[in-house]
Amino acid sequence: MTETGTVNSAVPASGVDVLALAESWRREGRGVALATVIETWGSAPRPVGSHLVIDADGNFEGSVSGGCVEGAVVAEAAEVIADGAPRVLEFGVADETAWRVGLSCGGRIRVHVAPVA
Amino acid sequence: MDLATLAALNAERAARRAAVLVTPLAGGPVRLVRGGDDLAGDPLGPAIGEAFRSGRSATIATEAGEMFLTASLPPPRLVLIGAVHISQALAPIAAIAGFDTVVVDPRTAFATPERFAGVTLHAEWPEDVLPGLGLDPYTALAALTHDPKIDDFALTHALERGCFYVGALGSRKTHARRLERLTASPEALSRIEAPIGLDIGAVSPAEIAVSVIASVIAALRRRPA
Repeated sequence: MTETGTVNSAVPASGVDVLALAESWRREGRGVALATVIETWGSAPRPVGSHLVIDADGNFEGSVSGGCVEGAVVAEAAEVIADGAPRVLEFGVADETAWRVGLSCGGRIRVHVAPVA
Repeated sequence: MDLATLAALNAERAARRAAVLVTPLAGGPVRLVRGGDDLAGDPLGPAIGEAFRSGRSATIATEAGEMFLTASLPPPRLVLIGAVHISQALAPIAAIAGFDTVVVDPRTAFATPERFAGVTLHAEWPEDVLPGLGLDPYTALAALTHDPKIDDFALTHALERGCFYVGALGSRKTHARRLERLTASPEALSRIEAPIGLDIGAVSPAEIAVSVIASVIAALRRRPA
């Protein structure tokens, strides 16, 4: 089953408005990529529509997984900023036992990473 | 997404207007659809309309490849007229349900921070404070004072601003007298829910609060696209 996004998922619990930050970083002339959770299965920690903004230096704000895969997304974002091509990343749990021990990152998510040009 | 599209989206968000972003996952131009745009003839019209109605973002398969629809709806607000017992229960329930909640009551004995810890409180008359709050189709208003001097302006103002839910505390008899006083079209007046709240036989202020939030949620989730 695909989970669905909240009404206003651009503002995470931290209170940072990720889309506004993406705009202001870009206006400063930084290379910027925006990552978005586009699909989830199972117990995904962040709903569809959640954003992470990344700049060319690896600074980031927001969340696509509550910390589980942000490192990988930030690394991929550097390449997206460099070559300008969007990508869809998929993260999951290979080991079925992960469900039983209740890892917060159980389940699978697809994340779209695109440049803000 | 190009900067101009992102800036346009952020402008809609800042103005509390609904928008949907259509992003081709394989790359290509991102399209911003504003609330109220004509969707007739748009091949993605039904899916975009559903995104506006539900507020849910989703990936859809199209002939032009996979698209991600970002639904950007203003966060729903609930304005409570009356710093009364029902409001004391309703404010925290509404906050848990995801509503930004505002309480308005000119009676300073009722509208105290002690009675409404952590709630945005305006100890002012509705006619003085509501116009500045920018009530809109993502705002619900519940008039709870029983006092026409406080409730009446708020009710007509909420109807004029297209609030998605307008409810008023009081019996059918009280409401019949209210309808004689209020100046608005019969169609507009028929949008006022009175007696207020889902009929669950609520008795206590807390139970009435639950019935009111149920009505508000039903109005939000079942509103026309």
